[in-house]
Amino acid sequence: MNNKVIQTENLTKTFGDFTAVNTISFDVYEGEIFGFLGANGAGKTTAMRMLSGLSTPSSGKASVAGFDVYRQTESIKKNIGYMSQKFSLYEDLTIRENIELFGGIYGLRGRLLQEKKMALLKNLELEDDQMKLVSSIPLGWKQKLAFSIAILHEPRVVFLDEPTGGVDPITRRKFWDLIYAAAAKGITVFVTTHYMDEAEYCNRVSIMVDGKIEALDSPDRLKITHAAGSMDEVFQQLARRAVRKAD
Amino acid sequence: METIIVENIYKYYPAATKKERNKALNGISFTVKNGEIFGLIGPDGAGKTSLFHILTTLLLADGGRATVDGFDVVKDYKQIRKRVGYMPGRFSLYQDLTVEENLQFFATAFETTVEKNLDLIHEIYIQLEPFKKRRAGKLSGGMKQKLALCCALIHKPSVLFLDEPTTGVDPVSRKEFWQMLKSLQLQGITTIVSTPYMDEANLCDRIGLLQNGSLLGIDTPENLTRNFGKPLFALKAEQMYPLLLHMRAYDQTATCYGFGDYHHITFIDPHIQQADIRSYLQGVGFTEPVEIRQIAPGIEDCFMDLLNH
Repeated sequence: MNNKVIQTENLTKTFGDFTAVNTISFDVYEGEIFGFLGANGAGKTTAMRMLSGLSTPSSGKASVAGFDVYRQTESIKKNIGYMSQKFSLYEDLTIRENIELFGGIYGLRGRLLQEKKMALLKNLELEDDQMKLVSSIPLGWKQKLAFSIAILHEPRVVFLDEPTGGVDPITRRKFWDLIYAAAAKGITVFVTTHYMDEAEYCNRVSIMVDGKIEALDSPDRLKITHAAGSMDEVFQQLARRAVRKAD
Repeated sequence: METIIVENIYKYYPAATKKERNKALNGISFTVKNGEIFGLIGPDGAGKTSLFHILTTLLLADGGRATVDGFDVVKDYKQIRKRVGYMPGRFSLYQDLTVEENLQFFATAFETTVEKNLDLIHEIYIQLEPFKKRRAGKLSGGMKQKLALCCALIHKPSVLFLDEPTTGVDPVSRKEFWQMLKSLQLQGITTIVSTPYMDEANLCDRIGLLQNGSLLGIDTPENLTRNFGKPLFALKAEQMYPLLLHMRAYDQTATCYGFGDYHHITFIDPHIQQADIRSYLQGVGFTEPVEIRQIAPGIEDCFMDLLNH
């Protein structure tokens, strides 16, 4: 795990006199599961938007999959996957249509797209359900489908913004099985979550407070340095220092 | 005394396919005692919101009966509406009214005034007061949640219904919210609260575990975990994912799930020894040191166990 897939140096985003992201510097390595934690309003979403080429930084440097976040945003978009709880799939298209639509948007064509589609349906055991509307399938299926679609084009890195809200504990764990499998294939996983047990599944975790990264290490080492029994305690210690209270 | 009595409640929705009817609620029965915090724990689609809508008289059940504060949810809906406070899952205050205006609106709708009931919400309202001229739509998530709670309390309800008040909220704000619920409990309010977060279950007096419209268990958190009924092991190593795959492939393994920094595992043979596990792992070539210990189950272990039956 020595290839850096994400590099940031003093990355900053200001809106008027408000500094949403304040000089953050970190690297994420190939095949790593990187947890990006912070309270609501800490600046996570703004940072993720810059890293996925959707928002131009105010200052600092960053590259994702080898591409510059100022000048090569289109190349970034082609080399990443993205999934969030809020936006993932088109509810009024079928499972199959969603795979074809997003696969096409990510640049897959012809036989390759067909092969990938069949492999995805087989892997999720959805062959018999492929003609179902996404609106009619359980939330847990949607999440697994959305994740599988986000990595259909085998991106270097996939961004997951609170991917697992609202499902039962077994379904949530099955989702993490997919994350582990993707990382084992070399896809870097960049994930935000409010479930602190999920923070433990990450190789390394960063915790943002008021726009700054206040801690970054493996879960085990974070617990030792903060004399805490769990990641929840570590998070509570750091996040309670927050001054700003905005979303 | 029982503040809420639910007896054999059914609710059906038209299904996407004609073959089956969707049972949103499948014969639910439970009671909530006066002054209790009762938690409904379950994932999206379990039926939590349907049940809340029935108890707050917003939806008619297809079978069974229920009373809230002694009143029937069908016959006496007008009395119930005066007595319950309801915070829906989706933020549903008026976004273009200010904090102050929203409070006044809800107070007036219940034929009372903000001043008359300020003592009940005082502790929460002081945190909102600096923003009282701000439109509700412009508040942060945590502040919206506090305003919604204030609006649900402004008429001094005897029962508070909170539908997933902490979903998508960060762990610090969640903790603060639960402190508010505990202090409302001291003022005598009965609360029924739903949540998908298992760690919040321990903060309730009693909980019901809901899945696919059925209650899998109703008890105090302590009793539910006490009744787990089999040894539970926690395993940890440097390479957690390979360990997970190896343990799942073990023919003695009954269930195996990731659980934060450990894997939680139950075995077919209740008398399995640590040495058996170690020799299996050695045999499949997993040679790094493994920490193995027997642990007490938590609510999440119990819920997953019940889901598997």
